[in-house]
Amino acid sequence: MITFTDVHKSFGPKKVLQGVNLEIPKGQSMVIIGGSGTGKSVALKSVLGLISPDSGTITVDGKDATKGDRDAFLARFGMLFQGGALFDSLPVWQNVAFRLLRGSLKRPRDEARDIAIEKLRRVGLTPDVADLFPSELSGGMQKRVGLARAIAAEPEIIFFDEPTTGLDPIMSGVINDLIREIVVEMGATAMTITHDMSSVRAIADKVAMLHDGIIQWTGPVGEMDNSGDPYLTQFISGSAEGPIEAVR
Amino acid sequence: MMVLTAPLAALGRATLAFLATIGQVTIFALSALTHIFRPPFYAREFANALLNIGWLSLPVVGLTAIFTGGALALQIYDGGSRFSAEAVVPQIVAIGMVRELGPVLVGLMVAARVTSSIAAEIATMKVTEQIDALTTLSTHPMKYLTAPRLLAALIVVPVLVGIGDIIGIYGGFLVSTQQLGFNPATYVRNTVDFLQQSDIISSLIKGAVFGGIAATMGCYYGMNSGRGAQGVGRATKASVQAAAVLILAANFLLTSLFFST
Ligand SMILES: Nc1ncnc2c1ncn2[C@@H]1O[C@H](COP(=O)(O)OP(=O)(O)OP(=O)(O)O)[C@@H](O)[C@H]1O
Ligand SMILES: [Mg+2]
Repeated sequence: MITFTDVHKSFGPKKVLQGVNLEIPKGQSMVIIGGSGTGKSVALKSVLGLISPDSGTITVDGKDATKGDRDAFLARFGMLFQGGALFDSLPVWQNVAFRLLRGSLKRPRDEARDIAIEKLRRVGLTPDVADLFPSELSGGMQKRVGLARAIAAEPEIIFFDEPTTGLDPIMSGVINDLIREIVVEMGATAMTITHDMSSVRAIADKVAMLHDGIIQWTGPVGEMDNSGDPYLTQFISGSAEGPIEAVR
Repeated sequence: MMVLTAPLAALGRATLAFLATIGQVTIFALSALTHIFRPPFYAREFANALLNIGWLSLPVVGLTAIFTGGALALQIYDGGSRFSAEAVVPQIVAIGMVRELGPVLVGLMVAARVTSSIAAEIATMKVTEQIDALTTLSTHPMKYLTAPRLLAALIVVPVLVGIGDIIGIYGGFLVSTQQLGFNPATYVRNTVDFLQQSDIISSLIKGAVFGGIAATMGCYYGMNSGRGAQGVGRATKASVQAAAVLILAANFLLTSLFFST
């Protein structure tokens, strides 16, 4: 279980998170939605300690995320970055198998390579991409390699920052199914950011909407359409009319 | 009143910022050094760094040294002839190359080649979230990126300096024997007899210090890069400037330490 309690974060004068309170129960899939630039990525990175909140606490299974053994803590996580963040000096398979080639999860090179190729297959990539470099792939392929890397070591907690952006509708469907599978079969806890409402419906157990630095609404995905929350209703319908200003 | 104090305030701010940077760089350098000695060690990264910093720098180091050695011989011959001291060319070329020009020129070339590429590479990784990705994959960026490069530079730049010294002396030898009429055997004997062990050791120590500065500055500015392509550009420029100035300052300090008795 991941718990945000009154988390604040500003960059200079810009207030991004202004008191975020949120619970992600173990083994559930939480989807975070919200306008561009509202701080969704910042919230994910705060859990991993890549960004330190100005105030408030984030706990994972009751323990403060910033304290204790960092290595053991991070070994439980997988993260897909919004921009992919692949290592461009390493071929695709070594990106995917990065964790399996060093550190506490290290295993023989052949075995790591086989696992990498298997994970690539699960995100819809053929074995021949394994020896290419990230710069030789299309944007959507890079995204999927990033996804394969996030799940390679079978982490308990997985963060996906916009997993289907830049993918065609069929591939988006494949990735949605994969994320659902990981949560159901592996019992992983997932936190996904997406702008794609069909993804939200396919992936989510629960949905949270971030707006103006706080969680405006959170609840089960089934209640999303009849929430009665003006922010959420406007967001789902994609209308310019409503409490969220669409600056033009 | 404001008109009078504004420049002072600006000066104060700049001084404080400068001191803060010195503090941060020192902390960074010390932390980088300690990471060299603490596992895990990344052999592949280290081998790559050795190749990039050492082997691939050889052509530029060789060319720089040979031309400088040649020019040095010409100058000493011409200057020496003003008081009939042309014969000291071998000795002065040797001492000039080994004590000063070899280490300084190699250091500056390494700053131009290696510091810039380290800074640009790491800054790009920072800007594209690859450093964050490393962290989430339980790999410490200081260990994976900084430590191998720093260790490689500390080991291989002294070797480059040694090679530069030899090639520089050879450049002086070529010019002296082909153009200035020195006897080759005498030239070599004069050089070898004249150079002392302490000259050579000081040269290699300078090499290690300059290599350490070059790698550290590249890593420091890369890791602290601003955002976007502009951030990468700024980081690269600042790293080379800082490395070059620090190398020259360190050279002065080391020379005073070794040779002013
Ligand atoms: N390292 C940083 N330094 C300064 N500002 C930052 C930094 N990271 C994020 N921000 C700012 O924080 C705000 C939220 O950024 P964030 O990336 O979390 O948005 P987001 O909700 O993920 O948006 P999107 O849906 O477009 O990805 C933005 O205004 C951004 O400019
Ligand atoms: Mg984002």
